[in-house]
Amino acid sequence: MPSLPTVRTILRVHGIGRRFAGVAALDGIDAEIRAGEVLAIVGENGAGKSTLLKILSGVLPPSTGSLEAIDDHGRPHELRWRSVAEAAQAGIAFVHQEPSLADHLDLAGAILLGREHHRLGWLNTRSMRVEAARWLARVGLDLDPSTLCGSLSIAQRQLVEIAKALSANARILILDEPTSSLGDREIERLLAMLDELRRSGVAIVYVSHHLDEVLSIADRAIVLRDGRIAGTIDRASMDRATLERLMVGRDLAQTALRPSLDDAPARLVVDRVISAHRQRHPNSLTVKRGEIVGLAGLVGSGRTRLLEAIAGLGHAGGSITLDGRALGTTIAQRVASGVAIVPEDRARHGLFTPDPVSTNISMAWLPRGAHAGVIDRAGERDLVAGMITRLRLRPANPARRVQTLSGGNQQKTMLGRWLSIEPSVLLLDEPTRGVDVGARHDLHEAIRAAATAGCAVLFASSDLEEVLALADRILVMHDGAIVGEFTRAQATELAIMSLATGGALEAAR
Amino acid sequence: MRKHWGLLGLFLLVCMVTALCGTNFLTAYNLMNLVQRTALFSILALGVGIVIGTGGIDLSLGSVVCLVGIAVPWLLIEHGWSPWAVVPIVMAGSAFIGLAHGLLITRLRLQPFLVTLCGLLLYRGIARWMTGDQSQGFQGGFAELREIAVGRIPLPGLDTFRLPATAIPLIALAVVVALVLSRTIWGRWLLATGSNEAAARYSGIPTGRIITGAYVACSLLAGLGGMLFIFDVGSAQPSDFGNFYELYAIAAAVLGGCSLRGGSVSVVGIVLGTATLQVLRNSIILLGLGSQLEFAVIGAVLLAGVAADELVRRWHGARLERRSAL
Repeated sequence: MPSLPTVRTILRVHGIGRRFAGVAALDGIDAEIRAGEVLAIVGENGAGKSTLLKILSGVLPPSTGSLEAIDDHGRPHELRWRSVAEAAQAGIAFVHQEPSLADHLDLAGAILLGREHHRLGWLNTRSMRVEAARWLARVGLDLDPSTLCGSLSIAQRQLVEIAKALSANARILILDEPTSSLGDREIERLLAMLDELRRSGVAIVYVSHHLDEVLSIADRAIVLRDGRIAGTIDRASMDRATLERLMVGRDLAQTALRPSLDDAPARLVVDRVISAHRQRHPNSLTVKRGEIVGLAGLVGSGRTRLLEAIAGLGHAGGSITLDGRALGTTIAQRVASGVAIVPEDRARHGLFTPDPVSTNISMAWLPRGAHAGVIDRAGERDLVAGMITRLRLRPANPARRVQTLSGGNQQKTMLGRWLSIEPSVLLLDEPTRGVDVGARHDLHEAIRAAATAGCAVLFASSDLEEVLALADRILVMHDGAIVGEFTRAQATELAIMSLATGGALEAAR
Repeated sequence: MRKHWGLLGLFLLVCMVTALCGTNFLTAYNLMNLVQRTALFSILALGVGIVIGTGGIDLSLGSVVCLVGIAVPWLLIEHGWSPWAVVPIVMAGSAFIGLAHGLLITRLRLQPFLVTLCGLLLYRGIARWMTGDQSQGFQGGFAELREIAVGRIPLPGLDTFRLPATAIPLIALAVVVALVLSRTIWGRWLLATGSNEAAARYSGIPTGRIITGAYVACSLLAGLGGMLFIFDVGSAQPSDFGNFYELYAIAAAVLGGCSLRGGSVSVVGIVLGTATLQVLRNSIILLGLGSQLEFAVIGAVLLAGVAADELVRRWHGARLERRSAL
């Protein structure tokens, strides 16, 4: 697709940076957003894409740098918005991954929400529907404006969200992973529609880690790595290999050496375990002493339930042994024998939120450091200080309230809680979700170190790059059952995905 | 202690206003009376504070006070039992009530509000039925036993002010509860359970036992309180003895900084909160405002205190957020 001659810069980004609790999530970003152009932003998870988008759309203020809008006469105006509403007024619209429209509203009401047509407060439904129909046609949706939002598919919701943005006079449309829940045909239609919009002079910022889409639609691509721009590529020189090389960068060389596990004895043996949540399939697996096993699979494939059943939450059948001894049935008994679980949802299942980092870290260790129930407070202080240093927790202040930490440091607190009991089995559910690059690296290092010390590690992750980077062996789950196994050498993203979506094992290999 | 400056200020303000208005506030008799009532109500408030710390509530403790308070003279006088049998039996009964609450809440997963509301109706009804709704009293007997509550301990250097004996169990209990909460794993587990029950479970904490234990402790303290209250007053009507005591206790705990969401308990705050409420009641009477106003004043003070607390917390939270965003 040729870029158009009418390209004109409408937003300039100068040296934007953003720090969270001392960790730079974004640093020195310069970019230009041009009318009638699709600008792709690519990068690995945690490279800073979402932070950049949040700054562009007014959710977060930048720590350093400035934004400048260029008006029709070529004059720059500095932008200082403090809210999404102000950014929207400046013509910037953010389309979410999973759009949330009010289910009870009809399309006309949803598209014109907050800008309803009315006479003395009485809604003028007819004129609203006429206008809504125009915007629906613009995004290629053939739907009656009186349809209720609740009945739409996710793909349709996304288009309605775009229609809503356009109707509010958006000049810059930001799409964050718009295809993550779409099928192939829906993706094609979306890309065609975006092409139309580009021709009409809308600037589109397109974030995706599907390089095929980027290659097919982007006029330019900015590659982020570790919070910085690793490169900006024009359409002419854009190809998959260049993008990948820039995305991965030096990280390629940095695969840590893992010790050989051929002679290691089995540590955790899970035999035909059934979880209590109406899961039909019994699952069996073994984790050796010092081994890191990854559970891959789609959301809802049963990874979390399997981990929780092993931890003693909702274990409904089958046996689990640790070093040959059968484990008790409750989570309290299993924790006492050295089984630890870091849950997926930190805020709901992990953190004690009004409390400081110190009590959050020492919680599981307490019974081991207590004499007749009385807490060893000096021991607790030493433990917490040691764990903060070991995990490079920032800020290194044990009295800091845990909810004021960044996601990465909260996750380090969770891991620290369990490393302090030197667990025999470490179960991790999405160990680095919502975590920045530096913390992710530290967390992976700490997990590898725990394994090297003899811990049996079993982790679930939706992020295939993480699975491939961390696991010695990979189990793939589909529909509640373990359907296949790869060694690290055999595994590829494609093979794992094919199994996870119900393909056959032989075909995948 | 820092978070109690506001409450301490309020307490001193009420004391000063009442004293400066030329009332009998500062007489030894009145002060002894205040200490006595503060001690008795603080024991109840400590119990409900523990339950509030787990994120629960106990509405039944006024009725437990009534049932135990009525049962003691009823068994001693009407049935002629020995005090050596009566005291252990009523304490065991209180513990059983708490155990029942705890098991209904943790095993059957009933809401604490509902379980203890039913308890409130149930125990009062049992007390009235058991005694035929007749007033129960010691009829001048058991004077040595009642010394536990009505005794006054002379203090060196003070002639007219003698320390009410109930202050001794209160101080002992307050110290024990404070130490258990801050220095033992059970206290840490209790507050962790109140702060985030799911996270506590994921951390291997036996949350069911902790919560059940809290209700047992609360009912035990209510039973002990009921016994001391009846020793203090000598005789009581099953229909009104202990009425609204649960609300005084909850109000004192909340005023003392215990969050109804659970996870934070302050023993100093609870005692100070109770003292403030008792001084308020006392001033209303001394200042001649008419005791009809009592509930209105307490309600207004509680509301203002909680609102002020929430505003301070929000301001503090916003400041923390700003600081961490830099």
